[in-house]
Amino acid sequence: MPIHDQGYRHFGGTREARGRGWLVIATAGLKSALAKRPVVFLLLVAWIPFAYQAIKFYLTTTFGQLQVLATTAQTFREFLEGQDTFIFFLTIYIGTGLIANDRRANALQIYLSKPLTRLEYVAGKATILAAFLLGVTWLPAVLLLAVQAMFAGNLAFIKANAFLFPAITVYAFVQVVLATSTMLALSSVSKSSRFVGIMYAGVVFFTDAIFGTLKFLMNSSFASLVSPTQSMAQIGDVIFRVPPRHDTPTALSLLVVAGIIGLCALVLERRIRGVEVVA
Amino acid sequence: MAETDTPPVPVAAGDVVTLQSVSVAYGKNYALRDVTAGFKAGAVGLLGPNGAGKSTMIKSLLGFIVPTAGQLRVLGMDVATSPLEIRARIGYMPENDGHIPGMTAVAFVGYCGELAGLPPTDAIQRAHEVLYYVGLGEARYRTVETYSTGMKQRIKLAQALVHDPDLLFLDEPTNGMDPKGREEMLELIRDLGHNKGMNLILCSHLLPDVEYCCDHVVVMDKGRIAADGPITQLKGPAGRVFEVRAKSGHDRLVAACRAAGFECHETDEDVMRVFVPEGFGAQDLFKLATREGLQLRHLRPSLPTLEDVFARAVGEE
Repeated sequence: MPIHDQGYRHFGGTREARGRGWLVIATAGLKSALAKRPVVFLLLVAWIPFAYQAIKFYLTTTFGQLQVLATTAQTFREFLEGQDTFIFFLTIYIGTGLIANDRRANALQIYLSKPLTRLEYVAGKATILAAFLLGVTWLPAVLLLAVQAMFAGNLAFIKANAFLFPAITVYAFVQVVLATSTMLALSSVSKSSRFVGIMYAGVVFFTDAIFGTLKFLMNSSFASLVSPTQSMAQIGDVIFRVPPRHDTPTALSLLVVAGIIGLCALVLERRIRGVEVVA
Repeated sequence: MAETDTPPVPVAAGDVVTLQSVSVAYGKNYALRDVTAGFKAGAVGLLGPNGAGKSTMIKSLLGFIVPTAGQLRVLGMDVATSPLEIRARIGYMPENDGHIPGMTAVAFVGYCGELAGLPPTDAIQRAHEVLYYVGLGEARYRTVETYSTGMKQRIKLAQALVHDPDLLFLDEPTNGMDPKGREEMLELIRDLGHNKGMNLILCSHLLPDVEYCCDHVVVMDKGRIAADGPITQLKGPAGRVFEVRAKSGHDRLVAACRAAGFECHETDEDVMRVFVPEGFGAQDLFKLATREGLQLRHLRPSLPTLEDVFARAVGEE
C-alpha cells in the first residue's frame, strides 16, 4: 500500500452555506487587482488630493490668518468632484475585463454550473469595482471629515454641517453604482476588454461633447440630460446643497441616472447566461 | 479536512436523472422532442451524432436552458425549482474550453471548489489532490492559458471533481486529445465510474469512448431517444453477427440479405455486417449467395458492438 495515495478520494468535510459565492468572486477579484502595480499606483495617486486637503485643514485650523481657506461644505463637494478623474481611470483599468475576460475564456459556463445565481455572479463582479471606487471617493471624503474634527479639536463643523456625512455617502454610492453598472453592462457585451474600454471612454466623452454642443446652440444647459456625467454633477450639487449648475430639473437628472442603471441591469440580465442560444 | 476512501451512498435505487416529456426548441427548431428517459446510477453514455440534442439535454439538466415543456429531475430534485441544490451536487465538464483567465491551475481549481461551497483551506487541498489525480500535478502552478488542448481537458475534469460531486456530466471529454491523452482520459473516467463509485453521464459521439467507460447507454437521434439500456443487453447475444464480403455484386448481396429479412450494415471497408435472426446461421448466408450467383470471399462470425446498436438505433445503413 502506498504511503500517500494520490488517487481520487471522496470529501467528507463540511460545506459552507450557500449564498457566499459573490464574496468568493469579490475576494479573488480584489486580490488579483491589487497584485497589479498600475492599480496600486493609481490608488496612491488618487489619495494625493486627500493628503492635500488634510494639510490644508491643518493649516487653516492652526493659523488663524488663513481663514480664507477655511473648510466649508463646498470643500467636500469639490473634493469629490476632483476624484472623478480617478473614478474614470480606475473604472477603465479594473472594470473592462471583469465580464469580458470571462466571456472570452468561456468562464460563464464554469461559474454558472456551480451553486451560484446570475445575481450573485454580477454582485461579486460589481463588488470588485465598487470597492476600489468607494476607496477613492467615500472613504477619503469621510476620513477628511474625521481629520477636520481632529485638527479643529471639536465637532463644531460636523454639527453645523450634519448633512455632510449622509451627503457624501449618498453621492458617492450613486456615483459608484452608476459607474459600476455602466462598466459591467459594457463589459458583458464584448469579449475584448480593450474594446470595452474604448466604448466606456466613448460614452463619457461623446455624451459630454454632445452636451457642450447643445449648450452652445441652445444657449441653455438643459441638455445636460444627454450626459450621465453632467446629470450626476447636477444631482451632486443638490445633495451638497450648493446652487445647481444646470437649468435641468434635478428630478429629470435623477431619472436619467436611474434609467441608465435600469438599462444596464437589463443588459446584464440578458447577457449573463450559462449558454448563448442563437435561435 | 476529513476524507474517506469509501464511495458515497448511492443517491437512489432508481434513476439519478429523469426526463419526463421534455421538449426544447430554439425558435422553430426542436433540439429535444418530447423526450422521456431515465439515467441509471453508475456510468451512463449519452450517445448520438452531432446535432442529436445531447449537449442541449445536458445544458437543460444544468438549468442553462429552460425547456419549452416537460420536467427534468436530477438526483431526485426538480431542475426548475432546485437548480442551486442540484448544482451543489453535480460536476460539469463543458465541451468547449473554459477557465478563469489569469489563474494558475491550482488557484483555478481551488477557486471552483470555493464557488461550489468548500471552505477555502479544503478547496485548495482538494485542488492539489484532484490535479494530481488527473495528471496535472507537475503543471499545477502554470497558468491555464499556457496549457495544451489535452491539459485543458484535464483541468476541466479537475474543476468538475474538486467538490466531490455525486453526479458528473462530461460533455465530449476527449475532444481534441491525442491518442495517448485520450486513452488516459478514458482511463480516468472509467476509474471514476467503476472504482470510485461516481455516477457519471458521458456525452459523446465517439462509440469506443462510451463502450469503454459505460455500462448503460442512451442513444439519441434528431432530438429523440433512439435506444437505451445496458450496453450488453442492447448488443444482443454473440454469434448472430457475421462479417461478409462478396467478390463482386456487393449491392445485390445487400439487396438479397434484406429481402431475406437479414439486417445489413455497411462498414467503411467493403465488408458488411449481417445480423441473422435466431435459428439462422452462416449456412444460410452461403445458400443466399449461391442462389444469387455470388462468390463469398470472406465470412466470419463477429461479436455485436455498440456501433451495431448505434447503427440500428439511428437507422443508418
